Amino acid sequence: MGLRLFLGIWLSIVIILGLSLPMVAQPLHWYDLPVIPGLEDKARIIFFHVPTAWLSVLAFLSALFYGIRYLRKKDHLDDIRSASAAGIGLMFCLLATVTGAIWAKFSWGTYWNWDPRQTSIFVLLLIYGAYFALRSAVENEEKRAALSAVYAIIAGVTMPFFMFIMPRIISSLHPEPLINAQGKVHMNTTMLMVFLASLAGFTGLYYWIWSLQVRAQRLLSDSTQSQGGHERG
Amino acid sequence: MTRWVRSVIAVFLKDWHSELRTRYAVSALGMFVITTIAIIMFSLGSEGAPPDVLSGMLWVVIFFAAMSGLSRTFVSEEERGTSMTLQLLAPGSAVFFGKLLFNLVLSVALNAVTVVLYAAFVNGFVIKTLSIFLVAVLLGSVGLAAAATIIAAIIARANTKGTLYPVLSFPILLPLLLAVINATRLASEGAFFQEAAGEFQLLISYIVVVVTASATVFDFVWKD
Repeated sequence: MGLRLFLGIWLSIVIILGLSLPMVAQPLHWYDLPVIPGLEDKARIIFFHVPTAWLSVLAFLSALFYGIRYLRKKDHLDDIRSASAAGIGLMFCLLATVTGAIWAKFSWGTYWNWDPRQTSIFVLLLIYGAYFALRSAVENEEKRAALSAVYAIIAGVTMPFFMFIMPRIISSLHPEPLINAQGKVHMNTTMLMVFLASLAGFTGLYYWIWSLQVRAQRLLSDSTQSQGGHERG
Repeated sequence: MTRWVRSVIAVFLKDWHSELRTRYAVSALGMFVITTIAIIMFSLGSEGAPPDVLSGMLWVVIFFAAMSGLSRTFVSEEERGTSMTLQLLAPGSAVFFGKLLFNLVLSVALNAVTVVLYAAFVNGFVIKTLSIFLVAVLLGSVGLAAAATIIAAIIARANTKGTLYPVLSFPILLPLLLAVINATRLASEGAFFQEAAGEFQLLISYIVVVVTASATVFDFVWKD
C-alpha cells in the first residue's frame, strides 16, 4: 500500500518534469534541459522509452534467474515467480517496441526499418512469445516449469550473439551515439536526474506489479489445488 | 568413459538403423527440399534475383527443411513410447550426444543435397568464393543441428509439437542464420576468405556455447 502510493507520486513527478521542463540551447537555470542536436523535443522519449526497454531486459533476467533456481530446488513458487516476471517483461517489451516505433516515425520517417535495436527487441518479443506458447502447450505442471526454464536458459545464452552479428550487417541509427558519444553522457545534471529517477521509478513499478502477480498466481494455484482441479499457469 | 562413448554410438546407431528402415529423411525431407526449390523457381520465373536475395532464400529453404526434419529423433521416441526404455538403458548425456550426432549427420547430408540442388536449378545463384561458402554451409549445418536438438527435446514433451518447433527455434537460431546469410552473401560477391572470418568466429563460438548449455540442462528435459 505504502509502495503503491509512493510510486504513484514518484512517477507523477517524473512524468510532469520529463514533459514540462524547458529545453534550451544554453542551460542556465537548474530546471533547464539541454537541446540535443538532431533530437530536440523528441529526446523526451528517453524518460519513458528507455526505462520500459530496461524493464523488459530486467524481467527477462529475473525470469531466467528464477527458472534456474526452479531447476535447482524444484520449488513450485520459483516457477510462479519466473512466469510472472516473463509476463510483465512481455508487456513492457511491447510498450518499448511501440513507443520506439512511434518515435522512429517522427525521427526516421518510418515506423519500422529493421534497425539493429528494433531487430533485437523484436527477437526479445519472439522469445517471450515462444516462452508462453511453450507454457500453454504443456499440461503437466512440473514439466511445464522445467521446460520453460530450460528454454529461457537456451534463449538467454544465444541472445548476446546479436551484439556481435548485428553491427556487421547494418549500422544503427539509434540515438545512443548522440546522447552517449564517446562514453560521455551528453545530458546535464537535471536531465540525468530525471532520467535516473524515471529508471528507479519504473524498477519500483516492476517490483510492485511482480509481487502482486506472484501473490495472485499463488492464491489461484492454492485454491485450485484445494479444490482438486487442474491448475492454470 | 569408453562405456559412455559406446552408449553414445549405440544411441546414434539405433536412430541410424530406424532411419534406414523407414527412409523418412530420404523420402520426406528430400521431397520437401525439392518442393521448396520448385516453388522458388516458379516464383522467380526466368527473371532471376539479386545474389543477396538468393543467398537469403537458400537459408530459408535450409531452415524450414531442418524444422521439418530435425525434431524427428525425439518426437519419434515419444510417439512410439520408447523414451522410458531409453532413459533406463542409457545415461542422459549419452542420449543427448547420440541424438546430436544423428542430427549432425542428417543436417549436413540434407544441406549438402539442398545446396547442390539450389545451385543447379536457381538462376543467378553464383558463388565466387567457394571456400567461404563451404565453411558457411558446414558450420551452419552444425550450428543448426546443435540448437535444433535441444529444442526438439523440449517440444517432444509438449502437445503441439509440429507448430511449436519453428516458433521456439527461430529466435534461438536467428544469430546463426544472420551470420550464415551474411557469409553466403560475401561468398557470392567474391570476397576474400578473411572478410568472413568474423562470421566464422561467431558461428564456432555459437556452436560451443549452445552445445555446452544444452548438455548442461538436457537432464531436466529428458528425465521424468
